[in-house]
Amino acid sequence: MTSNVAILDVSNIKYTSPGREAVRRLFHHRSAILGMIILGFLLILAIFAKQIAPYDPIQLLRDVDRREPPCIHLLGCAADQPQHLFGIDGNSRDLLSRVIYGSRLSLQVGLSTVSFAILIGGVIGAIAGFVGGWLDDLLMRIMDVLMAFPSLLLAIAIVSFLGTGLINALLAIGIVSIPRFARLVRSTVISVKELEYVVAARSIGANQGRILFGHIIPNSLTPLIVQATLGIATAILDAAALSFLGLGAEPPRPEWGLMLGEERNSIFNAPHLVFFPGVAIMLTVLGFNLLGDGLRDALDPRLRGTAAG
Amino acid sequence: MLRFMARRLVLLIPVAIGILLVTFLIVRLIPGDPCVAMLGERATPTKCEEFKERYGLNDNVFVQFVRYIGNMAQGDFGESIRFSRPVSDIIAERLPMTIELTLFAMLFSTTVGIFLGIISALKPNSFTDTLTMVVANVGVSMPVFWLGLMLAYFFALVMKDTPLFIPPSGRLGASVTLVNLAKQWGLTELTGISKFAVYFLSNSAIANSIITGNWATLKDALWHLILPSVAVGTIPLAIIARMTRSTLVEVMQQDYVRTARAKGVNERKVVSRHAMRNVMIPVITIIGIETGALLSGAVLTETVFALPGVGTMLVQSILSRDYPVVQGFTLIIAIIFVLINLFVDVSYAYLDPRVRLE
Repeated sequence: MTSNVAILDVSNIKYTSPGREAVRRLFHHRSAILGMIILGFLLILAIFAKQIAPYDPIQLLRDVDRREPPCIHLLGCAADQPQHLFGIDGNSRDLLSRVIYGSRLSLQVGLSTVSFAILIGGVIGAIAGFVGGWLDDLLMRIMDVLMAFPSLLLAIAIVSFLGTGLINALLAIGIVSIPRFARLVRSTVISVKELEYVVAARSIGANQGRILFGHIIPNSLTPLIVQATLGIATAILDAAALSFLGLGAEPPRPEWGLMLGEERNSIFNAPHLVFFPGVAIMLTVLGFNLLGDGLRDALDPRLRGTAAG
Repeated sequence: MLRFMARRLVLLIPVAIGILLVTFLIVRLIPGDPCVAMLGERATPTKCEEFKERYGLNDNVFVQFVRYIGNMAQGDFGESIRFSRPVSDIIAERLPMTIELTLFAMLFSTTVGIFLGIISALKPNSFTDTLTMVVANVGVSMPVFWLGLMLAYFFALVMKDTPLFIPPSGRLGASVTLVNLAKQWGLTELTGISKFAVYFLSNSAIANSIITGNWATLKDALWHLILPSVAVGTIPLAIIARMTRSTLVEVMQQDYVRTARAKGVNERKVVSRHAMRNVMIPVITIIGIETGALLSGAVLTETVFALPGVGTMLVQSILSRDYPVVQGFTLIIAIIFVLINLFVDVSYAYLDPRVRLE
């Protein structure tokens, strides 16, 4: 009996809101912290690219040889030589500056394509899940067809008729990411719409739009945030792939995939030109993947270890 | 089981129509006049008229679509503008390379991935486990074309003059050639599917060398396939290893594993007979999901290793606006993707009786 009394004494129980609890879990999650550090670093590079980069990313340099290997004073490069930490690219530009400016482009690419896909996919999924019936069937069959193509190849096909270029490549990647978000939002909407608080809202006479946007969507956000973070990683990889193939960003834009593509034939005589942009892509994608995994564990432990990643 | 397969096949019909519609639209959605887009500078009014007549672009869209389905069903993929040859011939030439690469990458990623996953799961938090999971996380984040280039650099340049040297590009060594099977068998008047099949076998370096018993060629073909397969397979490998690990850790705590142990079954059998059977279900799903990554990876990696496959042809055709080739190749990749997924679903049902009854 005494133990029951102890439980009823609520003065010692600290209440933490679910949101605060999630943030606490996130900051105790090893990989999430690592992901946030990487992304924070990239964000600083992207915002202060102009101040950090030692040279202009597009302007050609004089008095340097093309594809010159890195010259680092600390590692014994002659002090009278100008320092180029990542070396010189095939058009005699400073590679480090180009990689730094590339972070801007990469983050923009990830955020813009995923926002586009969430916006369109979210609306499609919410309508399909909320309305149901033939409309649901129709919308989901269309999504099935889009998913019947490997996503990168569908993006390539879309670029083939839109024409090459960065904007078209982004549009293509955005389009192929739509089904993933549509399906996710649809399934959460379906599972949420029968819950008590939605029934309660309906019974006090709330209209359909209010139920959908005021009650259902806010409660479906958790898996969406996780999937969006992981989706940014995929989008950055796909965009780099399109640019690598020569179907995305055009020279002289400092895009990492393009930088790799332009110099892929110099891999044996100037490996630094291939190495550094690739590491930049890998770090960025790793950052988003780690943060996504962390968010999944922090926000929704039920999703742990599922195929959502 | 038969009923399950029948139902699964019926579900394919709307998807197949959708795929055909998407590939059909690729050519119709080109902004501007398709004739100008495809013929470029050669597009004079008379040539355009002739061109539209030849490709039936003057009929209404619905008629065009029905005719398109009819043509595809007969294996008529149109004619390449750049090469003035049937697209189906080009597919028969290029597809074997991509299929070989995809299959070998899949073999590599599943065997090594499942193996690493088991080791990590049986000794959680050991050095091997931590290392595997770190490599898995990094592996998922690597661009496949970059990994390919790095592998090429390491095994072809750094390892040069050592036994670990592996050729970084090309399908076969310079002095190695494939036998033309059609000529060898005296088949000159081939048409339709048999022509496609003979061309396909003839152009598959592996099938060709096995059929003709040319073991030196086979060895050379496999040798050239190592680096691309490792590059393409690494990302799926990482994902498969993570999935195997997390599922096996969970399964090892189940009651039936404890029961098996209590019966005195030795640990090796507990894992291989009792646990792994249940681990395979989610792992096979992941393998199915990863086929898309494998096919896309193959397309990207071909460019890196200068392999004569679907990917290199597709990119060249987009850049030179050879739309019939783009259309045919997109369609064939989608068909392969759908068929692999079908195969995965069927094996899923085979492993898990609950799926069949659903």
